[in-house]
Amino acid sequence: MPLFTAALAGVIFGFGLLLSGMANPEKVQGFLDLAGHWDPSLAMVMAGAIAVGFFGFAIAKRRTHSLLEQPMQLPTATVIDRKLLIGSALFGIGWGLAGVCPGPALVTLAMGIPQAIVFVVAMLVGMQLHHFTQKSS
Amino acid sequence: MTIDWVHFTFWQSLLGGMLIGLAASLLILLNGQVAGISGIVGKLFNIRQGAWRWAFVVGLLLSPYLFRLFSALPAVQFDLSWPVYLVAGFMVGLGSRLGSGCTSGHGVCGLSRLSKRSLVATLVFMGTGFITVYVARHLIGG
Repeated sequence: MPLFTAALAGVIFGFGLLLSGMANPEKVQGFLDLAGHWDPSLAMVMAGAIAVGFFGFAIAKRRTHSLLEQPMQLPTATVIDRKLLIGSALFGIGWGLAGVCPGPALVTLAMGIPQAIVFVVAMLVGMQLHHFTQKSS
Repeated sequence: MTIDWVHFTFWQSLLGGMLIGLAASLLILLNGQVAGISGIVGKLFNIRQGAWRWAFVVGLLLSPYLFRLFSALPAVQFDLSWPVYLVAGFMVGLGSRLGSGCTSGHGVCGLSRLSKRSLVATLVFMGTGFITVYVARHLIGG
């Protein structure tokens, strides 16, 4: 059952990315281009997602286990450290350069877009590099 | 700045965003897990336990095929040169893992649970995203 619900969440998440325009890099860059002809659509995506997510997480915070009796794994870190700042800055530069973030990258990969395949392979390399440097330090 | 009313998809983007919020709510309420895509993908090959991550990714990969049953897939435009996707993909992968999250983990889930850490992360990556597009489109690309 938990596997089914995780897959269902993945499908709905993907539907949201496709419907909202997040899966289209041109649209993402249209939002990030404040100085140009600005497309505010992505602000609506954030607003819609948080408006619904707020209630989901408000309920989750009061529980120790999920409705399927899985332990509630909410993040516990609260420290704003250099890793958070440098990592987020780097992520934002990559996001701005291509207009692609991890969710849309996987959806467009599945659509068979060649550039998305290159992006995902490079993304996995970046993720593994982080994994190995973490291990050795 | 001028607002691009032609491309502004108010309702689709709001509804799409609500679906993303619904998916994140389902995953936390049913599985007890945060829908942070970079975390999910980054841990796929490195943590033995957590078959739910594979299930979530399979669902995400199937989504365009199921979407097509209801409606035509929206256009996706990847108009930049190949090296851009290579460099950007690497930075997105490394940066999101180093910063413990991306647009979904910090931007959607983190802000939904009112995390100050995620608010800072979101402001930083939106900030560098805005600057990067400004430099690429108006200073270099001009």
